[in-house]
Amino acid sequence: MKNISVFLIGCCFSLGLCISGLVAPRKVLAFLDLFGAWDPSLILTMAAGLVVAGISYLVTRGRRISALGEPMQIPSNTTIDVRLIVGSLLFGAGWGLAGVCPGPALVNLGFLSTPAAVFVAAMFCGMALFQAFDHWGTTQRPATVDA
Amino acid sequence: MVTIDWSNFTPVSALLGGLLIGVAAAALLLLNGRILGVSGIAGGLLQPRAGDTGWRLAFIAGLLASPLLLLLSGTMEAPEFASPLWIVGAAGLLVGFGSRMGSGCTSGHGICGLARLSKRSIAATACFMLTGFLIVYLTRHVF
Repeated sequence: MKNISVFLIGCCFSLGLCISGLVAPRKVLAFLDLFGAWDPSLILTMAAGLVVAGISYLVTRGRRISALGEPMQIPSNTTIDVRLIVGSLLFGAGWGLAGVCPGPALVNLGFLSTPAAVFVAAMFCGMALFQAFDHWGTTQRPATVDA
Repeated sequence: MVTIDWSNFTPVSALLGGLLIGVAAAALLLLNGRILGVSGIAGGLLQPRAGDTGWRLAFIAGLLASPLLLLLSGTMEAPEFASPLWIVGAAGLLVGFGSRMGSGCTSGHGICGLARLSKRSIAATACFMLTGFLIVYLTRHVF
């Protein structure tokens, strides 16, 4: 039951990425090209997503158990640290290089695209690399708590 | 001065797609109590814990299912990538490393985090938008 709902949610999310244009690297790059011929369409995508997600956050606020009886897992960390900043800067650089972020990468893989397969493989390597780097870091220093 | 490319402006499909993205994020929160952050959901597969892998795989299967259906039914073709493969690979590495280091990506910080008015997500979104704009500026207008 739980996994069926998550599967359908994944279908809905990827359909949204396809319809909005977020799945198309050229559309994303045109959105990020503020100093060229700028295509602002994806601002509307973000705004619509934000409003609906915001309502769901207000509705579930203070709840401890989800509708399917699972614990609510909302990040509680409120510290803006160097990792958050440097990580997000690096992520944005990668996003700007190819016009692809993790959701659209996997959706492009569903389109059986070869460059998407290269991107997804590299993305998992990058994730594993960070994990190794993080693990090495925490064995050198006292552990820090992250959301 | 910003020049808007009205010929490629697609407000209706952008809004409709955004609504579906929001509905998915809302449903995952309401039903499963989870934040819809793709880098977190996918990255968690590399740190497997008992009972924590199935839902991640189910979500990713859903991400793959819609495009596969659109492709096989002839409704939509695979989007074209805009860069050579070595750039795509380098971008993937940066996206994977950076999103895990920064605890989120466009979905987790940019949609869900901003919707919760999380200070961390506002900072993260400002950072990745900044380097996103900067890299596109450099690659399209400087080099």
